[in-house]
Amino acid sequence: MDIHEYQAKELLAGFGVVIPRGGVAYSPEQAVYRASEIGGTRWAVKAQIHSGARGKAGGVKICSTEDEVRQGAKALLGKRLITHQTGPEGRVVHRLYIEQAVPIERELYVGLVLDRKSERIMVVAAPQGGMEIEEIAKNTPNAILREVVEPAIGMTAFQAREIAFGLGLGPAQVSRAVTTLLGAYRAFRDLDATMVEINPLVVTKDGSLLALDAKMTFDDNALFRRPNVSELRDYAEEDPREAQAGEHGLNYVALDGNIGCIINGAGLAMATMDMIKHAGGEPANFLDVGGGASPERVAAAFRLVLADPKIEAMLVNIFAGINRCDWVAQGVVQAARETQMKIPLVVRLAGTNVVEGQKILKDSGLPIITADSLADAAERVVKAMNDAKGRSTAAGRA
Amino acid sequence: MSILIDETTRVIVQGFTGDKATFHAKEMIAYGTNVVGGVTPGKGGAKHLDRPVFNTVKEAVQQAGATASLVFVPAAFCADSIMEAAAAGIKFVVAITDGIPAQDMMMVKRYMLRFPKEKRTMLVGPNCAGVISPGKAMMGIMPGHIYMQGNVGVVSRSGTLGYEAASQMKALGIGITTSVGIGGDPINGSSFLDVLKLFEEDPDTDAVMMIGEIGGPQEAEAAQFVKENMKKPVVGYVAGLTAPKGRRMGHAGAIISAFGDTAAEKAEIMRSLGLTVAPSPAELGSTVAKALASRSKKTAVKV
Repeated sequence: MDIHEYQAKELLAGFGVVIPRGGVAYSPEQAVYRASEIGGTRWAVKAQIHSGARGKAGGVKICSTEDEVRQGAKALLGKRLITHQTGPEGRVVHRLYIEQAVPIERELYVGLVLDRKSERIMVVAAPQGGMEIEEIAKNTPNAILREVVEPAIGMTAFQAREIAFGLGLGPAQVSRAVTTLLGAYRAFRDLDATMVEINPLVVTKDGSLLALDAKMTFDDNALFRRPNVSELRDYAEEDPREAQAGEHGLNYVALDGNIGCIINGAGLAMATMDMIKHAGGEPANFLDVGGGASPERVAAAFRLVLADPKIEAMLVNIFAGINRCDWVAQGVVQAARETQMKIPLVVRLAGTNVVEGQKILKDSGLPIITADSLADAAERVVKAMNDAKGRSTAAGRA
Repeated sequence: MSILIDETTRVIVQGFTGDKATFHAKEMIAYGTNVVGGVTPGKGGAKHLDRPVFNTVKEAVQQAGATASLVFVPAAFCADSIMEAAAAGIKFVVAITDGIPAQDMMMVKRYMLRFPKEKRTMLVGPNCAGVISPGKAMMGIMPGHIYMQGNVGVVSRSGTLGYEAASQMKALGIGITTSVGIGGDPINGSSFLDVLKLFEEDPDTDAVMMIGEIGGPQEAEAAQFVKENMKKPVVGYVAGLTAPKGRRMGHAGAIISAFGDTAAEKAEIMRSLGLTVAPSPAELGSTVAKALASRSKKTAVKV
């Protein structure tokens, strides 16, 4: 789960990371009020969406008067920001963060990740921040510092010092950097994060060390024990269909194609999508119905996938181990009737209770195309879609 | 022979009396697995499925001689149960449970290092379908009847894609020594590499099918091992050619976040290190058949 910049900063501040003064705003009036509350003469008005590179996309406005703050807030609220992380559809700005703008001397990069190779928390730091870590890794790979944390001990002060000195900080900033690094580590561990990024961590003209931007991502599997984190979820940032899928215990990811997919198991789902592509089609979504799927859950999956207006054909591929083909078939028949489905539907069933499942499909009298194998299923769905398209074009001409 | 389990392996089920565990324990027993009991704290002394229930894994080891454990404990408590099994001296643990926090798995892996190598537990999973040695025993949730006994080892992250491979192979008359589902989590017990080592040592395994997916460095590490240390042919496949960057595809570990994470990159690494890569997921079985055929040709030339 992702959270907003201001939320990450508030959490990190609770662990001793120093952040500039700031406050959240939902309207231009509130933005002005925040600015006056913060004081000073320069403010940053920052769009809060779950994406990096907001500055480059015009999502950050530096203002010197309260009127500029008002104008900046007006311009940003409701605006659709497009960054390379949001995709071409972008994200609408609903919240702003108003922050004291500080004079910057140096920008550094600090990140913590769950490293899959060492299977431990790893600190990554670089003496040049403000750009993405991928870019730093490309431009100056040798400047990147890495420290792996021993899980039974936690991050040690000497590891933090090594990084701080490695970043070329002077004696005045090293102890501040140690506090920042240890604080970020404790936040990572205590809140079950999978990623903490402070980018940039800045040295200001007056020598203080501040987290100017921050990002945190959390382990979905651990949210049950982190209520203070899960309450930060912003549903406006999520694809409504993906959120709806989550409520039904389904894993759904929207894609660009036109063949809807309902599959059990993440690996088989990815493989089936690959197979559709191999057969000349494009999958419209990833959907894993999960283990032990009831007819109701399958029907919910159906409605969800069909709600995508791009869909021109549908493929159901179930290899039942912990699932039951008869339950899946019941769900398919129920949903196909209820939605009065007009587009071609191909169903491939295998594994537990396959004979019973196939009988249910056959007895339904619905125009369901059945398939015996993965290859067969993918080819039939692509062909059925093209045939249906051909028919509608012919009908259009006539 | 097979790897990891056979009909003599003394298996217990942790979380034995739960609904799902009961269902699958029955299936395992029907398949011929030597299930000697189970553990549910607080229900020690009772009988379940005609087998003894213990309060602790330690008791199950002492009183029932358990050497392997299948863990069905809910995600919030699962890491603790795996560590309990490791501490009790269980040599082989399969964790089916999905949804264990990543940092819990980090602690489990760290905890296991406290035991000397010869006493260390081998963990498969979590979030996996389990392990089956066809015709002998199974520890997991797979449909046993789709597997045929034979001479190919299978190791897969995904459960259902492992089923797909097994059924394609069976349709071509190709059987399996052991099939291992290593699970879809970012931090898991055994890696592809750990399992490949066992298949290379197993005299009855003639070829190996390795089924990976997007995300993480494990497939590339395993492919490097194949090039440097394996004589047996290895067929690879990586699911997720159509997966977009930065999106989690169902499995917690299936996310493209770094260079080398994509399916195309991993398949290319496999190819460059001498593995045969199945051109599509519909050709898992036929690619294995080809690998076996070319192997027997080579053997014939040698003779």
